[in-house]
Amino acid sequence: MCTYVTVNTEVSGSGKGPGQSWRDLTTATVYFDHPVHAMAGHTLNIDFAVSGTESAERIALELTADSARRLVAAIEGALAEVPADLLASG
Amino acid sequence: MKEELHAKYVMVPEAGGTEIQAYLAEPTSESTRGGVVVIHHMPGFDRATKEITRRFAEIGFNAICPNLYWREAPDAAPDDAAALVRAKGGVPDAQLVNDVAAAAAYLRSLPTSNGNVGVIGYCSGGRQSVLAACNVDVQAVVDCYGAFVTGTPPDGFPLRVTNLVEQLPNLRAPLLGLFGAEDSYPSPEHVVELESLLTEWNKPHKIRTYEEAGHGFFATDRPSYRVAAANAGWIEIEQFFSDLLGV
Repeated sequence: MCTYVTVNTEVSGSGKGPGQSWRDLTTATVYFDHPVHAMAGHTLNIDFAVSGTESAERIALELTADSARRLVAAIEGALAEVPADLLASG
Repeated sequence: MKEELHAKYVMVPEAGGTEIQAYLAEPTSESTRGGVVVIHHMPGFDRATKEITRRFAEIGFNAICPNLYWREAPDAAPDDAAALVRAKGGVPDAQLVNDVAAAAAYLRSLPTSNGNVGVIGYCSGGRQSVLAACNVDVQAVVDCYGAFVTGTPPDGFPLRVTNLVEQLPNLRAPLLGLFGAEDSYPSPEHVVELESLLTEWNKPHKIRTYEEAGHGFFATDRPSYRVAAANAGWIEIEQFFSDLLGV
Protein backbone atom coordinates (compact mmCIF):
# COMPACT_ATOMS: atom_id res chain seq x y z
CA MET A 1 0.00 0.00 0.00
CA CYS A 2 0.91 3.64 -0.27
CA THR A 3 1.13 4.61 3.40
CA TYR A 4 0.60 8.36 2.88
CA VAL A 5 2.74 8.75 6.02
CA THR A 6 5.12 11.69 5.70
CA VAL A 7 7.25 13.39 8.35
CA ASN A 8 9.08 16.61 7.55
CA THR A 9 11.91 18.08 9.59
CA GLU A 10 14.26 20.99 9.09
CA VAL A 11 17.92 20.13 8.78
CA SER A 12 21.07 22.22 8.61
CA GLY A 13 24.04 20.87 6.70
CA SER A 14 25.23 19.86 3.27
CA GLY A 15 24.94 16.90 0.98
CA LYS A 16 26.55 15.55 -2.15
CA GLY A 17 25.61 12.77 -4.54
CA PRO A 18 27.65 11.06 -7.28
CA GLY A 19 28.51 13.56 -9.99
CA GLN A 20 27.07 16.43 -8.00
CA SER A 21 28.63 19.38 -6.26
CA TRP A 22 28.05 20.05 -2.58
CA ARG A 23 24.68 21.64 -1.84
CA ASP A 24 23.08 23.18 1.22
CA LEU A 25 20.26 21.08 2.67
CA THR A 26 17.27 22.56 4.46
CA THR A 27 14.56 19.95 4.81
CA ALA A 28 14.35 16.18 5.22
CA THR A 29 11.16 14.37 4.27
CA VAL A 30 10.96 10.94 5.87
CA TYR A 31 8.40 8.26 4.97
CA PHE A 32 7.92 4.53 4.77
CA ASP A 33 6.50 3.66 1.38
CA HIS A 34 7.19 2.11 -2.00
CA PRO A 35 10.75 2.70 -3.21
CA VAL A 36 11.63 3.75 -6.73
CA HIS A 37 14.77 1.64 -6.98
CA ALA A 38 15.39 -0.57 -3.94
CA MET A 39 14.24 -4.17 -4.27
CA ALA A 40 11.67 -4.16 -1.49
CA GLY A 41 7.96 -3.63 -1.25
CA HIS A 42 8.39 -0.74 1.15
CA THR A 43 11.42 1.16 2.40
CA LEU A 44 12.26 3.97 4.76
CA ASN A 45 12.85 6.86 2.42
CA ILE A 46 14.57 10.16 3.10
CA ASP A 47 14.52 13.05 0.67
CA PHE A 48 16.86 15.90 1.49
CA ALA A 49 15.61 19.02 -0.26
CA VAL A 50 18.30 21.24 -1.74
CA SER A 51 18.38 24.85 -0.59
CA GLY A 52 17.92 27.84 -2.83
CA THR A 53 15.86 26.26 -5.54
CA GLU A 54 12.18 25.83 -6.29
CA SER A 55 12.96 22.74 -8.34
CA ALA A 56 12.51 19.14 -7.22
CA GLU A 57 16.27 18.67 -6.82
CA ARG A 58 17.06 16.42 -3.87
CA ILE A 59 19.39 13.85 -2.39
CA ALA A 60 17.45 10.65 -1.81
CA LEU A 61 17.84 7.44 0.22
CA GLU A 62 15.75 4.26 0.20
CA LEU A 63 16.63 1.91 3.08
CA THR A 64 15.06 -1.32 4.28
CA ALA A 65 13.45 -0.95 7.69
CA ASP A 66 16.20 -2.98 9.39
CA SER A 67 19.01 -1.02 7.81
CA ALA A 68 17.27 2.27 8.58
CA ARG A 69 17.16 1.32 12.26
CA ARG A 70 20.85 0.37 12.15
CA LEU A 71 21.61 3.74 10.61
CA VAL A 72 19.69 5.51 13.37
CA ALA A 73 21.67 3.51 15.97
CA ALA A 74 24.94 4.33 14.21
CA ILE A 75 24.12 8.03 14.16
CA GLU A 76 23.14 8.00 17.82
CA GLY A 77 26.25 5.98 18.65
CA ALA A 78 28.55 8.38 16.83
CA LEU A 79 26.97 11.40 18.50
CA ALA A 80 27.18 9.74 21.91
CA GLU A 81 30.96 9.51 21.57
CA VAL A 82 31.36 13.24 21.10
CA PRO A 83 32.15 15.43 24.15
CA ALA A 84 29.25 17.69 25.04
CA ASP A 85 31.24 20.90 24.68
CA LEU A 86 32.29 19.88 21.18
CA LEU A 87 28.69 19.21 20.18
CA ALA A 88 27.64 22.56 21.60
CA SER A 89 30.35 24.43 19.74
CA GLY A 90 29.38 22.85 16.39
CA MET B 1 -3.97 -3.62 -37.39
CA LYS B 2 -5.27 -2.53 -34.03
CA GLU B 3 -1.93 -3.30 -32.35
CA GLU B 4 -0.26 -0.36 -34.13
CA LEU B 5 -0.08 2.74 -31.98
CA HIS B 6 1.67 6.00 -31.44
CA ALA B 7 2.37 7.78 -28.17
CA LYS B 8 3.33 11.32 -27.29
CA TYR B 9 3.13 14.04 -24.65
CA VAL B 10 0.24 16.46 -24.96
CA MET B 11 -0.97 19.47 -23.00
CA VAL B 12 -4.46 19.14 -21.59
CA PRO B 13 -6.57 22.21 -20.72
CA GLU B 14 -8.02 22.05 -17.22
CA ALA B 15 -10.86 23.95 -15.58
CA GLY B 16 -8.53 26.26 -13.69
CA GLY B 17 -7.46 27.85 -16.98
CA THR B 18 -4.04 26.28 -17.20
CA GLU B 19 -2.76 23.17 -18.93
CA ILE B 20 -1.20 20.04 -17.53
CA GLN B 21 1.02 17.55 -19.27
CA ALA B 22 -0.28 14.11 -20.14
CA TYR B 23 0.94 11.02 -21.95
CA LEU B 24 -1.35 10.01 -24.82
CA ALA B 25 -1.28 6.65 -26.58
CA GLU B 26 -3.57 5.97 -29.55
CA PRO B 27 -4.09 3.15 -32.02
CA THR B 28 -3.24 4.30 -35.53
CA SER B 29 -6.51 3.09 -37.04
CA GLU B 30 -9.24 5.67 -37.75
CA SER B 31 -12.09 3.62 -36.29
CA THR B 32 -13.90 5.00 -33.26
CA ARG B 33 -13.32 3.51 -29.79
CA GLY B 34 -13.53 4.17 -26.10
CA GLY B 35 -10.85 5.90 -24.06
CA VAL B 36 -9.10 5.09 -20.80
CA VAL B 37 -7.70 7.53 -18.24
CA VAL B 38 -4.77 5.91 -16.42
CA ILE B 39 -4.04 7.40 -12.98
CA HIS B 40 -0.40 7.02 -12.02
CA HIS B 41 0.51 5.76 -8.56
CA MET B 42 2.08 7.84 -5.82
CA PRO B 43 5.66 7.22 -7.08
CA GLY B 44 4.73 9.30 -10.06
CA PHE B 45 4.31 9.73 -13.80
CA ASP B 46 6.83 6.99 -14.38
CA ARG B 47 7.92 4.61 -17.10
CA ALA B 48 5.86 1.72 -15.72
CA THR B 49 2.66 3.76 -15.85
CA LYS B 50 3.40 4.92 -19.39
CA GLU B 51 3.88 1.28 -20.36
CA ILE B 52 0.41 0.55 -18.98
CA THR B 53 -0.96 3.48 -20.98
CA ARG B 54 0.57 2.12 -24.18
CA ARG B 55 -0.84 -1.32 -23.42
CA PHE B 56 -4.36 0.09 -23.52
CA ALA B 57 -3.64 1.56 -26.95
CA GLU B 58 -2.23 -1.78 -28.05
CA ILE B 59 -5.50 -3.39 -26.95
CA GLY B 60 -7.37 -0.81 -29.04
CA PHE B 61 -8.39 2.06 -26.75
CA ASN B 62 -7.31 5.67 -26.75
CA ALA B 63 -5.46 6.09 -23.47
CA ILE B 64 -4.17 9.06 -21.53
CA CYS B 65 -2.21 9.42 -18.31
CA PRO B 66 -2.31 12.94 -16.81
CA ASN B 67 0.81 14.04 -14.97
CA LEU B 68 -0.70 14.77 -11.56
CA TYR B 69 2.56 16.42 -10.45
CA TRP B 70 2.94 18.76 -13.43
CA ARG B 71 1.92 21.90 -11.56
CA GLU B 72 4.54 21.52 -8.86
CA ALA B 73 7.42 20.03 -10.84
CA PRO B 74 6.96 20.36 -14.61
CA ASP B 75 10.49 19.52 -15.64
CA ALA B 76 11.61 17.15 -12.88
CA ALA B 77 12.31 13.44 -13.16
CA PRO B 78 9.18 11.47 -12.16
CA ASP B 79 10.63 10.26 -8.87
CA ASP B 80 11.89 13.71 -7.92
CA ALA B 81 8.50 15.22 -8.75
CA ALA B 82 6.81 12.58 -6.58
CA ALA B 83 9.12 13.40 -3.68
CA LEU B 84 8.45 17.12 -3.99
CA VAL B 85 4.67 16.72 -4.12
CA ARG B 86 4.75 14.32 -1.20
CA ALA B 87 6.74 16.79 0.88
CA LYS B 88 4.08 19.39 0.13
CA GLY B 89 1.29 17.10 1.33
CA GLY B 90 0.27 15.23 -1.81
CA VAL B 91 -2.43 15.79 -4.42
CA PRO B 92 -5.70 17.12 -2.95
CA ASP B 93 -8.78 15.11 -3.88
CA ALA B 94 -10.44 18.10 -5.57
CA GLN B 95 -7.40 18.62 -7.80
CA LEU B 96 -7.38 14.93 -8.73
CA VAL B 97 -11.03 15.10 -9.76
CA ASN B 98 -10.35 18.23 -11.80
CA ASP B 99 -7.42 16.63 -13.63
CA VAL B 100 -9.22 13.38 -14.40
CA ALA B 101 -12.18 15.38 -15.73
CA ALA B 102 -9.77 17.30 -17.96
CA ALA B 103 -8.17 14.09 -19.22
CA ALA B 104 -11.59 12.55 -19.92
CA ALA B 105 -12.67 15.64 -21.85
CA TYR B 106 -9.47 15.48 -23.87
CA LEU B 107 -10.17 11.86 -24.79
CA ARG B 108 -13.70 12.74 -25.88
CA SER B 109 -12.35 15.53 -28.08
CA LEU B 110 -10.33 13.09 -30.16
CA PRO B 111 -11.83 12.40 -33.61
CA THR B 112 -11.65 8.67 -32.94
CA SER B 113 -13.59 8.87 -29.65
CA ASN B 114 -16.93 7.11 -29.37
CA GLY B 115 -17.71 9.21 -26.30
CA ASN B 116 -17.09 6.49 -23.72
CA VAL B 117 -14.34 6.90 -21.14
CA GLY B 118 -13.13 4.60 -18.38
CA VAL B 119 -10.72 5.25 -15.56
CA ILE B 120 -8.19 2.94 -13.92
CA GLY B 121 -5.61 3.35 -11.18
CA TYR B 122 -3.22 1.27 -9.14
CA CYS B 123 -2.37 1.54 -5.45
CA SER B 124 -3.06 5.17 -4.42
CA GLY B 125 -4.42 5.54 -7.96
CA GLY B 126 -6.93 2.80 -7.23
CA ARG B 127 -8.52 4.94 -4.55
CA GLN B 128 -8.30 7.94 -6.86
CA SER B 129 -9.98 6.06 -9.70
CA VAL B 130 -12.99 5.41 -7.45
CA LEU B 131 -12.91 9.02 -6.28
CA ALA B 132 -12.95 10.17 -9.90
CA ALA B 133 -15.81 7.84 -10.82
CA CYS B 134 -17.88 9.34 -8.00
CA ASN B 135 -17.41 12.82 -9.43
CA VAL B 136 -16.66 12.62 -13.16
CA ASP B 137 -18.77 11.38 -16.07
CA VAL B 138 -17.17 8.01 -16.87
CA GLN B 139 -18.65 4.74 -18.09
CA ALA B 140 -16.39 2.26 -16.28
CA VAL B 141 -13.94 2.27 -13.38
CA VAL B 142 -11.23 -0.19 -12.38
CA ASP B 143 -9.77 -0.11 -8.87
CA CYS B 144 -6.53 -2.08 -8.57
CA TYR B 145 -5.81 -2.59 -4.87
CA GLY B 146 -6.58 0.95 -3.82
CA ALA B 147 -6.29 1.37 -0.06
CA PHE B 148 -8.81 3.42 1.92
CA VAL B 149 -11.73 3.25 -0.45
CA THR B 150 -13.29 1.55 2.56
CA GLY B 151 -11.93 0.66 5.96
CA THR B 152 -11.07 2.74 8.96
CA PRO B 153 -7.42 3.58 9.53
CA PRO B 154 -6.02 1.98 12.71
CA ASP B 155 -5.63 4.10 15.82
CA GLY B 156 -2.52 6.21 15.71
CA PHE B 157 -2.12 5.83 11.97
CA PRO B 158 -1.03 9.25 10.73
CA LEU B 159 -3.23 9.09 7.69
CA ARG B 160 -3.86 12.20 5.66
CA VAL B 161 -6.45 10.73 3.38
CA THR B 162 -10.06 9.80 4.00
CA ASN B 163 -11.96 6.76 2.85
CA LEU B 164 -14.66 7.10 0.19
CA VAL B 165 -17.55 5.41 1.94
CA GLU B 166 -19.69 8.55 1.95
CA GLN B 167 -19.05 9.12 -1.75
CA LEU B 168 -19.87 5.61 -2.97
CA PRO B 169 -23.61 6.37 -3.36
CA ASN B 170 -22.51 8.82 -6.09
CA LEU B 171 -20.53 6.25 -8.06
CA ARG B 172 -21.39 6.90 -11.69
CA ALA B 173 -20.13 3.75 -13.41
CA PRO B 174 -19.80 -0.02 -13.02
CA LEU B 175 -16.73 -0.94 -10.99
CA LEU B 176 -14.22 -3.73 -11.45
CA GLY B 177 -12.08 -4.29 -8.36
CA LEU B 178 -8.90 -6.37 -8.47
CA PHE B 179 -7.21 -7.31 -5.20
CA GLY B 180 -4.60 -9.59 -3.67
CA ALA B 181 -5.65 -12.00 -0.94
CA GLU B 182 -2.41 -11.33 0.92
CA ASP B 183 -2.78 -7.55 0.90
CA SER B 184 -3.26 -5.71 4.21
CA TYR B 185 -4.31 -2.34 2.76
CA PRO B 186 -6.82 -3.04 1.37
CA SER B 187 -7.33 -6.21 3.38
CA PRO B 188 -9.82 -8.91 2.34
CA GLU B 189 -12.13 -7.42 5.00
CA HIS B 190 -11.89 -4.00 3.34
CA VAL B 191 -12.77 -5.63 0.01
CA VAL B 192 -15.79 -7.38 1.56
CA GLU B 193 -16.91 -4.04 2.94
CA LEU B 194 -16.55 -2.45 -0.50
CA GLU B 195 -18.55 -5.23 -2.12
CA SER B 196 -21.25 -4.95 0.55
CA LEU B 197 -21.59 -1.18 0.14
CA LEU B 198 -21.76 -1.40 -3.65
CA THR B 199 -24.49 -4.00 -3.35
CA GLU B 200 -26.31 -1.86 -0.80
CA TRP B 201 -26.24 1.12 -3.15
CA ASN B 202 -27.20 -1.00 -6.14
CA LYS B 203 -23.98 -0.22 -8.00
CA PRO B 204 -22.94 -2.74 -10.66
CA HIS B 205 -19.61 -4.27 -9.73
CA LYS B 206 -17.31 -7.21 -10.18
CA ILE B 207 -14.70 -8.09 -7.56
CA ARG B 208 -11.78 -10.44 -8.08
CA THR B 209 -9.36 -11.39 -5.30
CA TYR B 210 -6.31 -13.40 -6.30
CA GLU B 211 -4.63 -15.96 -4.07
CA GLU B 212 -0.83 -15.86 -3.61
CA ALA B 213 -0.84 -12.17 -4.47
CA GLY B 214 -0.42 -9.14 -2.27
CA HIS B 215 -0.28 -5.44 -2.88
CA GLY B 216 1.17 -4.29 -6.19
CA PHE B 217 0.89 -7.59 -8.08
CA PHE B 218 0.58 -5.81 -11.44
CA ALA B 219 3.92 -3.98 -10.98
CA THR B 220 6.34 -5.76 -13.30
CA ASP B 221 9.32 -3.76 -12.04
CA ARG B 222 8.80 -4.53 -8.35
CA PRO B 223 9.25 -7.59 -6.11
CA SER B 224 5.49 -7.62 -5.52
CA TYR B 225 4.84 -8.70 -9.12
CA ARG B 226 2.80 -11.93 -9.39
CA VAL B 227 2.54 -13.09 -12.94
CA ALA B 228 -0.51 -15.36 -12.54
CA ALA B 229 -2.60 -12.70 -10.80
CA ALA B 230 -1.44 -9.99 -13.20
CA ASN B 231 -2.24 -12.03 -16.29
CA ALA B 232 -5.67 -12.97 -14.95
CA GLY B 233 -6.31 -9.36 -13.97
CA TRP B 234 -5.41 -8.03 -17.38
CA ILE B 235 -7.92 -10.41 -18.98
CA GLU B 236 -10.61 -9.05 -16.66
CA ILE B 237 -9.67 -5.45 -17.41
CA GLU B 238 -9.65 -5.94 -21.17
CA GLN B 239 -13.06 -7.64 -21.14
CA PHE B 240 -14.57 -5.10 -18.74
CA PHE B 241 -13.46 -2.06 -20.70
CA SER B 242 -14.28 -3.68 -24.06
CA ASP B 243 -17.84 -4.38 -22.93
CA LEU B 244 -18.47 -0.96 -21.41
CA LEU B 245 -16.37 1.37 -23.54
CA GLY B 246 -16.17 -0.32 -26.93
CA VAL B 247 -13.06 -1.10 -28.90
